[in-house]
Amino acid sequence: MTENRMGARQVELEVLRYNPETDQEPKFQRYSVPCINEWCVLDALNYLKDNLDPTLAYRWSCHMQVCGSCGMMINGEPKLACKAMLRDYPGTIRIEPLAHFPIERDLVSVADDFIAKLKRVKPYIISDGKHTIEQGEYKQTPAQLKRYRQFAMCINCMLCYAACPEYGLQPKFIGPAAISLAHRYNLDSRDVGRDERQEEIATNEGVWECTFVGACSDVCPKHVDPAAALQQVKVASTVDWYLEHFMSWVKK
Amino acid sequence: MAKSNKPIIWGTFAAGGEIVSLVMPVIILLTLLAATGHVPTVFSYETMHAFAAGWFGKLVLFVILFLSLWSQAHRLRITCFDFGLRADTLVAIVMYVLAAAGSIATVVFLARI
Repeated sequence: MTENRMGARQVELEVLRYNPETDQEPKFQRYSVPCINEWCVLDALNYLKDNLDPTLAYRWSCHMQVCGSCGMMINGEPKLACKAMLRDYPGTIRIEPLAHFPIERDLVSVADDFIAKLKRVKPYIISDGKHTIEQGEYKQTPAQLKRYRQFAMCINCMLCYAACPEYGLQPKFIGPAAISLAHRYNLDSRDVGRDERQEEIATNEGVWECTFVGACSDVCPKHVDPAAALQQVKVASTVDWYLEHFMSWVKK
Repeated sequence: MAKSNKPIIWGTFAAGGEIVSLVMPVIILLTLLAATGHVPTVFSYETMHAFAAGWFGKLVLFVILFLSLWSQAHRLRITCFDFGLRADTLVAIVMYVLAAAGSIATVVFLARI
């Protein structure tokens, strides 16, 4: 590492490269990138692509921790490249695509599995149809908003899937983000879709695959705390189970 | 997809986890006090024996021991899996049989008080 008085620094990057059309297997390529210390890893990648190697593929869009596109493994940890600051990484920085996902090319992961699971849990308001558009907005109290707001912060960046050892072991697991979003809509006062979502998430490959490792909450850049959402789903599903089997006359 | 029946196991695991973390330290402390001969009068042998002899006392002790056994059986099962012992069905059978044996023993010993 060399550093000059301008706060600039030559950053050594080890970037995983893989082109499925020509490469047998992924391999690391080293780059030396002139950076400013206040840059994030995404800035370094953008400089690299613009000036050193235009063939590098990676996803990004907003550069402000909102779009959730630039998730990648940085020194082995799932991070948003726009949130990982170079000043926190003194040595060589190793950059790989998100763990547990197939590689599309270089740092781009195939997100199809996550998108399919997201669709299954119906992450949108299922209304009872009684409230019409003519009646105007559907008002909520601050207390009703507070119930689900934290879980609504998810930006679908998939860092929690890359961190979750259970997802790594059992790819059928619906996973932290999708179940948290199902929970977010279950908690919404405007929603009546909980029974439909329970058919997907109260299953063996749904919430019951989770063993509460908690890595999802450690890496979540938006502080959604998916582990808490999943524990709440477990408690609610357990109450459901006892009601369904022993007190089926009680309305949930 | 069918809903899971895991709530049966997880229910005892969660409830037992609470019991273990809240009640067990107190019981361990009291046992240590008793072992060193410093028994508070309310926890004297006679009072405790009278408590365990009544049906309410038996019920309380059974619930605590039953839930603790089942939660720790499940905890050990998961721990085995996390440490790479992936014969989950076998591990589960061994652990739950131990918990069941402990539960039956609890009933037998409580009935004899």
